[in-house]
Amino acid sequence: MMTLFGDPAVWLPLTFAGLMGFSILVYVVLDGFDLGVGLLSPLATPEHRDRMIASIGPFWDANETWLVLAIGLLLVAFPQAHGMILSGLYLPVAIMLVGLILRGVAFEFRAKAPPGHKPAWDVAFFVGSLMTSLSQGFMLGMYITGLEWTLVAVIFSGLTAVFLTVGYSFIGATWLIYKTEGLLQLKSVEWARGGIWGLLGGVAAISIASPLASPRIFERWFDFPDSLFLAPLPLTFALIVGLVVLVLRRLPTGDDDFAILPFLATVILFTLAFAGLAYSFYPYVVPDRLTIYEAAAAPESLIIILVGAVIVIPVIIAYSTLAYTVFRGKATALSYD
Amino acid sequence: MDTLILSRIQFGANISFHILFPTITIALGWVLLFFKLRFNRTGEARWMDAYRFWVKVFALSFAMGVVSGITMSFQFGTNWPGFMEHVGNIAGPLLAYEILTAFFLEAAFLGIMLFGFSRVPGWLHTLATFLVAFGTTMSAFWILVLNSWMHTPAGFELRDGIAFATDWSAIIFNPSLPYRLSHTLISSGLTVAFLIAGLSALRWLWGDRSGEVRATLRFGAMLGALLIPAQIVVGDLHGLNTLEHQPAKVAAMEGNWETGGNVPLLLFAVPNEKTRSNDFEIGIPSGASVILKHKPEGVVPGLNDFVGENGEVLHPPVTPVFYAFRVMVGTGMAMLALSWLSLALMARRGQGTGSWAQTRRGVEGLPKLLLFAFVAMTFAGWIATLSGWYVTEIGRQPWLVTGVLTTEMAVADVPSGMVLSTLLVYLAVYGALTVAYIGVLTHLARKAAKGTLPPATPANPSPVAGSLHAAE
Ligand code: HDD
Ligand code: HEM
Ligand code: HEM
Repeated sequence: MMTLFGDPAVWLPLTFAGLMGFSILVYVVLDGFDLGVGLLSPLATPEHRDRMIASIGPFWDANETWLVLAIGLLLVAFPQAHGMILSGLYLPVAIMLVGLILRGVAFEFRAKAPPGHKPAWDVAFFVGSLMTSLSQGFMLGMYITGLEWTLVAVIFSGLTAVFLTVGYSFIGATWLIYKTEGLLQLKSVEWARGGIWGLLGGVAAISIASPLASPRIFERWFDFPDSLFLAPLPLTFALIVGLVVLVLRRLPTGDDDFAILPFLATVILFTLAFAGLAYSFYPYVVPDRLTIYEAAAAPESLIIILVGAVIVIPVIIAYSTLAYTVFRGKATALSYD
Repeated sequence: MDTLILSRIQFGANISFHILFPTITIALGWVLLFFKLRFNRTGEARWMDAYRFWVKVFALSFAMGVVSGITMSFQFGTNWPGFMEHVGNIAGPLLAYEILTAFFLEAAFLGIMLFGFSRVPGWLHTLATFLVAFGTTMSAFWILVLNSWMHTPAGFELRDGIAFATDWSAIIFNPSLPYRLSHTLISSGLTVAFLIAGLSALRWLWGDRSGEVRATLRFGAMLGALLIPAQIVVGDLHGLNTLEHQPAKVAAMEGNWETGGNVPLLLFAVPNEKTRSNDFEIGIPSGASVILKHKPEGVVPGLNDFVGENGEVLHPPVTPVFYAFRVMVGTGMAMLALSWLSLALMARRGQGTGSWAQTRRGVEGLPKLLLFAFVAMTFAGWIATLSGWYVTEIGRQPWLVTGVLTTEMAVADVPSGMVLSTLLVYLAVYGALTVAYIGVLTHLARKAAKGTLPPATPANPSPVAGSLHAAE
């Protein structure tokens, strides 16, 4: 069965790179809005903050699990790359983990600790979200520049850290437009109007800097005639940004039509940006050092995982959809009753 | 200190923190399902009240387990890249199956279990509770498969130092899995039993006389009494299995230096690795021989058998394994004594006539001292569980995978300063969170106890339940 689709040493690594890319993308979108809500939380009044956090309460755990899957796939499918990337990013990873810990436990503690402690846990919730987004953005920058701790790379990564954080805030704001109403929704629209420019700036900065940082990426993007096929990518991106800007001007509408539109459009924007990055790096899993083919684990083991993944991932998507359906509509106060 | 020792401490600290919470959620999930089913069947408010109180503890513990678990999944790459390079072909699929079959299941249905009570039909809520409990147990299963395989590897072949799978059922059902899995699952049950009994005793001492607190105090004591004998038997079998596969570990547990018969069971001793003997011993003559070989003259392996030709030590460090083992067994004995004593006291006949079931004293029969003992033992499960894992894991040294890979070969070459600084940050965060966790449990218990005291509104027959909102 292994040779059914051709040489397993080719299609297996490719399939796993695809699966891993998929999980990273799902993670960035789903936990992106969770983190964004955390980043925006200090800007809101205490009542609004409760409502904002209620809008992500039933989901954040499952959303975060996509990170576990992405890292798990990197670990199991490309063990050598996993070691190289994570030991190269030792510090930012540690900061991200502490951030994720703070953010995750603050959810629970702020609701259960004595009322006097709540403001402190709110701070932990914000700081945790901030540490997580900044370090993820920083890691993205380091990855693009080839995991070398040079001054230029660090400065560039500092920029990507800020931009990713703005990007997360933006998708968080669009999520809130969809999940809230009244004054909070109005505020979210305002946040989103500001955030979109940050997102645009970030994507532009990465698009300009990556080809400069790596001659290989430069060639990939500007090699005629291949570059013609790529033109739709930035064009679609620009079109959707334009659309979002227009929609944001009109929201919220009286009967709350289109409230989900900015969020869905942002998902597409994230996907396009991600596709661009993936195109830049293929076939490398560690930029310019290790390809997915060199790094892949033994085919026998990959097959075992693939069988499980093919059966289970659709089921996961099905019950995740169930969870989102149960908690669809405007967020209400969370209660165990 | 070098990177190796720091990485070991860091990994040990992270996983010690992690296991504290899964060991609660694994069994508490099933206990919640039990409360829910009791309520479905009897309609008695006390079971729903119990569910509502303990589901909060579950939610908090689960969040702690998830965030510390995420740290775990990065640790392999950041600190032990050699692990995946050498045995990744085996460890990879096992970890992948844990993520795919367990993590998503529990995470997705957790939302419905916690916040879906009034949004979904009753059966779906019960099903969600079941799936979360099932998911946590699956997590434990897969991770223990991997851990057991590291202790007693099977079903693989080595090519150029890299392990390749040859037989997956031999890998999954490797020799120590049945014992480790049952011992760990029961330890989760015991941890929860004493946690429930302890917090309920605390509420009782604070004046809470609700039907809920009576039910849970009795439930905790009974669950503990039921599980502890099983745990002792399984622990003994686990030890026999270890004797077969990792004799050096057992020699360290027993503090036995010379191989021979009539080895005493040491109750206390001070092992000295310099003189390679014990400085001080009190023991039961031939005890260890009887337990391990079922006869007084049974030959028990000694540590001196595990010294290389040039004097290099091939057995684990003796002192931590020796003491950790005694802490675990000692805690187990304390659990045995307390749970059965309390059961006996609760079963005594009280005043009045009628059948035994009507007149037994129940929780009222417990003297104050015993209630204090339960409070003191609230976290006894944590102590036994951690010390048990220290026995197991330190007892595996110098191997990371017995006979296949040494710990030294797996470590990352990150600068030790980096490991040290992150270690200190982790320790600070973990220390603060553990204090906060225990503080919040106490706070929840106090609030619940207060809710039942006189000023509570009489119009609300179950004020405890009425005040439980996640976002309060
Ligand atoms: C509530 C927790 C608890 C209690 C009361 C006990 N244990 Fe335990 N023990 C564990 C929780 C635990 C554990 C944390 O779950 C370990 C670590 C690895 C494992 O499989 O279980 C463990 C390991 C462990 C090992 C090491 C096995 C190995 O890996 O080689 C042995 C020999 C025993 N136990 C034996 C006992 C005995 C004879 C007990 C009698 C009182 C006992 N345990 C009580
Ligand atoms: C949850 C309970 C566990 C606890 C408390 C625990 C504790 C420890 C401790 C204290 C060490 C350090 C030992 C030493 O260096 O002397 C260690 C090492 C280690 N354990 Fe565990 N462990 C647990 C479960 C697991 C599981 C389930 C796995 C794997 C799937 C695992 C994998 C490892 C690895 C990779 C090391 C590092 C290498 C080494 O020092 O041997 N552990 N553990
Ligand atoms: C090296 C060892 C370990 C790794 C890498 C690891 C990894 C993880 C991760 C990533 C999560 C979060 C899952 C989510 O997002 O929902 C998690 C949670 C969990 N882990 Fe571990 N874990 C390890 C050891 C253990 C051990 C020894 C046990 C139990 C015996 C255990 C039981 C659980 C359970 C039940 C959960 C569910 C969450 C909870 O109940 O708190 N894990 N683990």
